Amino acid sequence: MGAFGHYLTGHFDTLRLEFWALFVGGLANGVLYGMVAVGYTLVYGVLRLINFAHSEIFMSGGFAGYFVMKAMVGTAVPSGFASVGLIVAGILVGGVVGAVMATLVERVAYRPLRRRRAPALAYLISAIGASYFLYNMAGKEFGRVPISMPQPYINHPIIHIFGAPVQMYYVIILLAGAVMFLTLDRIVAKTKLGRSIRAVAQDAETASLMGVNIDRTIVLTFIVGGALGGAAGFLFGMGTGVSNTMGFVPALKAFTAAVLGGIGNLRGAMIGGFLLGIVESLSVVFVQAAYMDVVAFGILVAVLLFRPTGILGERLGRAA
Amino acid sequence: MKRVFASAHVKRLFSALAALAILELMTGPPGSALAPTAGFTGSFGEPASFLGLFRTQRWVLFLFLALVMYGLWSAWLVWGQQVRTATAKAVSAPRAATRTRPVRWGMAVVVLAVALLLPHLITDPFWQAAMVEQIAVYVLLALGLNVVVGFAGLLDLGFVAFYAIGAYTTAWVTGALPTAAPFGIHFNNFYAIPIAIALAMGSGIILGAPTLRLRGDYLAIVTLGFGEIITIFANNLYGITGGSQGTNTIPHFSLHVGPIKYLWGLTPVPYYYLTIVFVILFIAGFKLLEHSRVGRAWTAIREDEVAAESVGINPLKYKVMAFAIGASTAGFAGVVTASQSNTIFPSSFTLQFSINILVLVIFGGMGSITGVVLGAIVIQTGSMYLLHTPPAGYQPQDLYIYLGALLVVMMIFRPAGLVPSRRRHREIGLAEKGEGHMNEVLTGDTP
Repeated sequence: MGAFGHYLTGHFDTLRLEFWALFVGGLANGVLYGMVAVGYTLVYGVLRLINFAHSEIFMSGGFAGYFVMKAMVGTAVPSGFASVGLIVAGILVGGVVGAVMATLVERVAYRPLRRRRAPALAYLISAIGASYFLYNMAGKEFGRVPISMPQPYINHPIIHIFGAPVQMYYVIILLAGAVMFLTLDRIVAKTKLGRSIRAVAQDAETASLMGVNIDRTIVLTFIVGGALGGAAGFLFGMGTGVSNTMGFVPALKAFTAAVLGGIGNLRGAMIGGFLLGIVESLSVVFVQAAYMDVVAFGILVAVLLFRPTGILGERLGRAA
Repeated sequence: MKRVFASAHVKRLFSALAALAILELMTGPPGSALAPTAGFTGSFGEPASFLGLFRTQRWVLFLFLALVMYGLWSAWLVWGQQVRTATAKAVSAPRAATRTRPVRWGMAVVVLAVALLLPHLITDPFWQAAMVEQIAVYVLLALGLNVVVGFAGLLDLGFVAFYAIGAYTTAWVTGALPTAAPFGIHFNNFYAIPIAIALAMGSGIILGAPTLRLRGDYLAIVTLGFGEIITIFANNLYGITGGSQGTNTIPHFSLHVGPIKYLWGLTPVPYYYLTIVFVILFIAGFKLLEHSRVGRAWTAIREDEVAAESVGINPLKYKVMAFAIGASTAGFAGVVTASQSNTIFPSSFTLQFSINILVLVIFGGMGSITGVVLGAIVIQTGSMYLLHTPPAGYQPQDLYIYLGALLVVMMIFRPAGLVPSRRRHREIGLAEKGEGHMNEVLTGDTP
């Protein structure tokens, strides 16, 4: 066997014992990555651009949720229907603020450039500028140290999966994620808005000839993506706390998830998110926690190297 | 009612108000998580004075300036075209004169003379140190990023990674890291230069080759991630990099050639001259590169990749080349900084650094060497001035807010930069008319 063999056996033992606990935690993280990844993928679908400011939309949702919780959660930790109400309120406010921020970003950093038909490089630069501006502005207004969110519920294991306890926090994320993903999937597949988003993604010029208002569709795409990103920001902040730097790493991972699933592909973004979350969580057994972010980055580079179209392939403008 | 809201005047007034409100927040007092509204209320409620003329509250000033902006904007819409043609007419003769070869060389000589005399004109120790650490080195970095962003039209958001590689290589080669120096020899810093350039270039190729096959924006996000990863490694590989403590035992540059012995020390002026020599070498090199076969290939790829490919240019090869040259310049600058400061801390290799360099290039004018050098000098002098004599209420971190806003503003109003490269200017103009293949982005309802 040798020393390395023992090293591996030891780690696989840990993996066997911890598998389901890590799996659930990873899946919950993955749902959050998926929610953010959807924003990247939607905007990519209509504009063929990465929205670098999406990380700050995520952050704004986190802060919005934090202030709601700060205002509404008293000294005692709420339970029962009060908890449900608070969490729903947090998700809604986070989503609305995320959507508003996304609209503003589109308005300020994208639309003037579209009016002038600027080259693609200009969009990337103005988006990264907007992102950097918001990142530092939030640091100025709300301080540059991470703050933990007042908890709207009591976090304890509520069910067991294969003997692994599942925390309340994960259940909330999984439920909220499921509702949002299903709604989004239906919106894009069935509604008029979804149809116009898909039409613009497939062929913008023809879509505009068919009477689709492109400007309006682009704004609505930002709004839908921003709402999900903002809600994810609240859910993320509930567990990890909020700060002006909270968006950077999750957004990078969410982008990885979007590429992993196939950029432009809505279901791909969700599945890519789940996969990335789970793989990253399981990798803790083999690498130090400090290198967790390196694992996600390695996956991004590996996907770009070996399968740049992602698992499900780039499918711009198909009904999810 | 609807007509009023849709009218251009209301929109303009609203935009002016919004812009000024953002400006008020940017320059206003900070808030905190405990008092999240303090920044907002303070930005409008605090007392202010307008150029010392009258004392008032910030919101009055805000309204006043917004109205001024609205007025100027409206005036510009009416008379702007006339002003523009008049200035174009006025500067056309001097501009043509500056384009002749003797005048350009003359100007270069004057600039060089000023640069060489500068340490004797400015003797304030703060500014002497700033001239090396914050201006000359940043000029070098901006020149390097200009090859990537300006010449090849690629976005690199992890420039800091290659700078860090250069700095750590210096520490390694000179034996300042916990890990052993190569062959157990503590080399002179000058030997670190080729090694750092090679390592930075190598990592640039490893990172660039797989990414550059794909869309341009993938490079941006991969480099963004890479900049973060490098810091994680630098922080956690205690045995190799010294961890978060870094190192502070890097020797200075020294020269031992025959009878000549010289040791650069803590005083900034000798380092200033050394860096100036490097800057001149890089400017000359990049000027030659710009007009070489390689430079023309970059232009061709930037303007129309499909056409470039069809005349036998391999886009991947030239893109990787540009990326690697940029990376090696950053590595080189890392050697200079590490030697000059003797220290390396992982915490100094941040995203902020990468964005700062990007701002220099964008503000100066991507693709224009003169512009980039000027942009680096202007922006870095400005930020050093703010650090040296901060206006009331200014915090050091506020600088990054301004830099972020500057990127957006430049892209909206002057994408070709302060001193535009003629070629770039024309390209952007063509793209705006819908010619060429630079334009992959959806442009909304076309009239």
